Amino acid sequence: MRHGKYPLLAAFLLPALGVYATFVISPYAQAFFIAMTDWQGLSSNFNMVGFDNFTYLLKNSYLWNALWHNILLMLLLPVLTIALGLFLASMLNVGNGTGRVRGVRGSSFYKIIFFAPQVLSVAIIGVLWKEIYNPRSGLLNGGLRAIGLDGLAKTWLGDPDFAFWAVLAVMVWANAGFYVVLFGAAMQAIPRDIYEAAALDGTGRWATLWRITLPLVWDSVQVAWVYLAILALDGFALVQVMTRGGPNFSTDVVGQRMYDVAFGEFKFGQGSAIGVIMFFLTLSVTVVALRLTRRERIEFS
Amino acid sequence: MPRELGNLGPQSFLVIWGLMTALPLVWVFVSGFKSDAEILNEPWGLPAQLRLDNFGRAWTHGHIGQYFLNSAIVLSVSLTLTMLLGATAAYALARYQFPGNRLIYFTFVGGMMFPVFLALVPLFFVVKQSGLLNTLPGLMIVYTAYSLPFTVFFLSAFFRTLPTAVAEAAMIDGCGPFAMFFRVMLPMARPGLISVGIFNLLGQWNQYLLPVVLVTKEDNYVLAQGLAALAVNEGYRGDYSRLFAGLSLAIIPVLVVYAVFQRQVQSGLTAGQMK
Repeated sequence: MRHGKYPLLAAFLLPALGVYATFVISPYAQAFFIAMTDWQGLSSNFNMVGFDNFTYLLKNSYLWNALWHNILLMLLLPVLTIALGLFLASMLNVGNGTGRVRGVRGSSFYKIIFFAPQVLSVAIIGVLWKEIYNPRSGLLNGGLRAIGLDGLAKTWLGDPDFAFWAVLAVMVWANAGFYVVLFGAAMQAIPRDIYEAAALDGTGRWATLWRITLPLVWDSVQVAWVYLAILALDGFALVQVMTRGGPNFSTDVVGQRMYDVAFGEFKFGQGSAIGVIMFFLTLSVTVVALRLTRRERIEFS
Repeated sequence: MPRELGNLGPQSFLVIWGLMTALPLVWVFVSGFKSDAEILNEPWGLPAQLRLDNFGRAWTHGHIGQYFLNSAIVLSVSLTLTMLLGATAAYALARYQFPGNRLIYFTFVGGMMFPVFLALVPLFFVVKQSGLLNTLPGLMIVYTAYSLPFTVFFLSAFFRTLPTAVAEAAMIDGCGPFAMFFRVMLPMARPGLISVGIFNLLGQWNQYLLPVVLVTKEDNYVLAQGLAALAVNEGYRGDYSRLFAGLSLAIIPVLVVYAVFQRQVQSGLTAGQMK
């Protein structure tokens, strides 16, 4: 590449860098500064308040309440989604532990269906499920009434005891299919003769999943875990569409708190401070994840 | 016989989850044809007649047509821009040695570590000062900017794996550096471009936080945002048929495109997962 590489470098790098610096780097850098001010956004008047926003927020029970919901999501969403994903993927790909080691018939058709929620916009999934949970006209209560379980029909998203679990269920619904496909791809890479040997030894279905399949797809499981944990730190779109954090803050998440503080109450300094807190949360999840996920690859020879 | 019975187990679980996934989508579509009374009183009932006019009302009075168009315009421009800026930057970083190369690379890739929430407040004012608040071009450029980290990361890894022999042969034939990129390297990078393109398209289509903050003017709502607003309004006004028809209009075209390209979509998204 001798003939003058600098014209190409300039033409290829500067536009991308310009856009990236203006709309990504500069906002990220400014956020830390704004978090130290009491800026209300309407005028250019603001005072440096040091860490006041943070000390205020650390004593703010609404933020802790929202954070607690994110932590619950972080504990539950990965476990439920991965368990369901592994279970369904093994049903699709591994066969039945009785010597027949190929997947079930129509497995690609199932995969198309399972994966479908992944292509819908999260906010549209939120609108869809808001209607499903509708106490009067919703699919869920309608179904419960139809089979005579009227007592179980609830005002799902209107009841502080159920709303959080209703939102969590939607998150699992929306993500499980993706992991069926991801884990399915990993399972396809496992040599068939391992299963044949296990079947000869009389290994049952559950033992096969737990002792053979799971260890061999562990790499994918770890990736899924990190990704879902980071997803659980967000949750904004679904919550904003379905409940706006209510009823009585029972589904509030940190992202919703930040949005309300910054763009509802116009407390931009405080909103930015919540953004900084979210950054450190994401960072610590990533760091913990990188430390925990040791790379011990199993090579299939 | 026992083997067949043994096989009933997995099939039934798969069928149950399949129904749980498909039923809500089918329900929305069927409800789109119902009257308001039917929707309210018989959630599981079928429409007495196919009320096609629901879809027309959703498209025009519900402004779904407008929102649909907004989304299509934003995504077509932002995706093109993302791929163009991302591929050129990734190529320069992957195939050229120059001082600062690593620094620029890690500046791009480091963006993947930051949550968008951190940037939100300053971003709002940056976009406002550029005069792009409440506009579609504002969304396009912001979508592009936030898609660059992953695009550069993915494509520069891809360009690095392309064989140098082809590039050398082209250079000997007198191919200039720009022609090299557009006529030799880009075509060779097609599989990578398709994967990252699908990943970005779905990622940008999935956006809700950015449009909600950056576009508050109703005429410029994107589809997801417009539907969410419609859902809130319909709750007060009781025009449920229009909402369900609108939801169907937002869901079905996407599912049709997905059904046609499902293999590419699945591999594009799972490739993104491995970052």
